[in-house]
Amino acid sequence: MSWSLLPFFEWCENTGVGHAIRNSLWLFPVIESFHLLALALIGGAVLVVDLRLLGLVLRRQPVAQLAREAHPWLVGGLVVMVTSGLLLFTSEAVKCYYSDAFRTKMTFLLPALVFTFTVRRKVAAADESRVGPLWGKLVGLVSVTLWSVVGAAGRWIGFSG
Amino acid sequence: MSLLGICQWLEKTPWSIALHESIWVYPLVESVHVLTLCLFLGTAVMLDLRLLGVILRRVPVSEAAGQLFRWMAAGFVLMVISGSLLFYAIPVRTYLNIFFRIKVVMLVLAGLNAWIFHRTVYRRVAEWDLDPVTPRAARVAGGLSLVLWAAIVVAGRMIAYNWFDQPGVH
Repeated sequence: MSWSLLPFFEWCENTGVGHAIRNSLWLFPVIESFHLLALALIGGAVLVVDLRLLGLVLRRQPVAQLAREAHPWLVGGLVVMVTSGLLLFTSEAVKCYYSDAFRTKMTFLLPALVFTFTVRRKVAAADESRVGPLWGKLVGLVSVTLWSVVGAAGRWIGFSG
Repeated sequence: MSLLGICQWLEKTPWSIALHESIWVYPLVESVHVLTLCLFLGTAVMLDLRLLGVILRRVPVSEAAGQLFRWMAAGFVLMVISGSLLFYAIPVRTYLNIFFRIKVVMLVLAGLNAWIFHRTVYRRVAEWDLDPVTPRAARVAGGLSLVLWAAIVVAGRMIAYNWFDQPGVH
């Protein structure tokens, strides 16, 4: 197959933003720091609901209420995460293209996002007496697993290339 | 023996060299350090936000603190173990690194902040457990904790960069 995303990745790297970040001593680390801070925020917002779904924390609180309260923090964290992530990406897009860690991260990021905003959101908002606890546990487990792979693979991008 | 002397001695131990030069273990320890950030800091942030009265307002503070504490503690232990290993792999350079020193100072301050909170306003938590808006001292503790831990994360990330490294130190 001759079709490839490489030209697009090369174009990203050659944008003004990509150049600016790559040529600056401070920009990359500063953007990385925001990426990490948002990670902690997303981690908290995701975990508090997943651990509750797994029945491991705050069992006296309704899942739906916890999920509703955590949601804006999750979305806020994701906005910072995606923005900073895109900026980091443009500065080293070609390296990312060849990085297995980056590909793994993206492969898990898409299902993690889709799962979080569809299945997990529905199950968390549902009446607990109607959705069995087993479903909640399964959803919590899948969510934790998907996001952990995204996080670990993300860290690994820095070790590749 | 000075602290630097200890670091120089540590650096020559076979396990330090092995960890430093390992292809898989060092990145693995780094990944554990980053992922447990979610477990420790993620839950700590949720608790701090409760203290600030912006999240989980209907959950009693003592319940949020009591329930989240185990996970925070587990995350903290993993954080300290993985962090110590990362230090052990590159002791001299890390010891001399300005961001590492800033991080250590901030860690002490964050510990002090948590200790003071538990010794003072949290002792009377029964009086304000269900208040959506917590007492001023609790809000200050929550806010300080957020600021200090954010600074710790940023300083921690910066340790990897060598802008201020002294020549000859790798």
